[in-house]
Amino acid sequence: MKFGVVIFPGSNCDQDCIHVLRNVLGCPVKELWHKERDLQGCECIVLPGGFSYGDYLRTGAIARFSPIMESVASHAAAGRPVIGICNGFQILCEAGILPGALIRNQSLRFICKPVHLSVENSRTIFTRFEKKTLAIPIAHGEGNYFIHADGLKRLKENVQIVFRYCDKNGKAAADANPNGSLENIAGIINERGNVLGMMPHPERCSELALGGEDGLNIFKSIIQDGAR
Amino acid sequence: MLIAKIYVKLKRDVSDPQGFAVKGALESLGFKGADRVHVGKYFVIELADMSRDAAEVMVRQMCDKLLTNPVIEDYTFTVEQNGGEA
Repeated sequence: MKFGVVIFPGSNCDQDCIHVLRNVLGCPVKELWHKERDLQGCECIVLPGGFSYGDYLRTGAIARFSPIMESVASHAAAGRPVIGICNGFQILCEAGILPGALIRNQSLRFICKPVHLSVENSRTIFTRFEKKTLAIPIAHGEGNYFIHADGLKRLKENVQIVFRYCDKNGKAAADANPNGSLENIAGIINERGNVLGMMPHPERCSELALGGEDGLNIFKSIIQDGAR
Repeated sequence: MLIAKIYVKLKRDVSDPQGFAVKGALESLGFKGADRVHVGKYFVIELADMSRDAAEVMVRQMCDKLLTNPVIEDYTFTVEQNGGEA
């Protein structure tokens, strides 16, 4: 599967994503500058983490108006895969491609640490793997997921909540919630199931040298789906 | 010159950790009357020459499209004649 990794001014996890996809998984990867509109035939678009436009105004608020985002929106609307990681998730929410918003962490602190995620929906193209609990790091100041009550109801009805913060045994308890996210939500998909947004960083745990490779499960699931 | 002043705050049902932190600090300083504190944003936009009606329409569009996120924020604004300080 050919991946496209979008680079905004202030992206800082783009090279990590490119390294994992290209060197660990052996996939062709294109770097897509945010001023471009051509997705260059990429089948899966990755919006990486970072601080696009310095997080000015709100996280992702300015990046969502970059020219490439029109093409990303069309790609998503056509049912093709898109994954937004951390700042990428924030951009997808600002763009209205995913519902809800990411607000300031409850603690007001930037949190950088490994967390556990429970896989709440194993039927998405991003989560077709055996493991039900993943160890993946987070690194964000604004990862506190919020959505209004009726939006939350729709997320649940459509099984759009994909990852919840949990303890190491897979229990999504309140004390396993690092940032105050509503119902421990760490990642969601759109209604159609082809766009994933998640705050944790799978690209930071896709090699044993970095302490774990649970993140690979997600990338491999996308690749397998593309090969079908 | 017309000046738009835009006030943005989180909606009531959105948690405002900055507001809670400021409330706690006020209480620790002995101020007891602050039941709830909201920390928001304030934009001042100096506008090119245009009618007040046109300015109000444009500022509303600015707020809806970029300056605020309707999922989490509410806003109010004024458009005033102003020769000097914002």
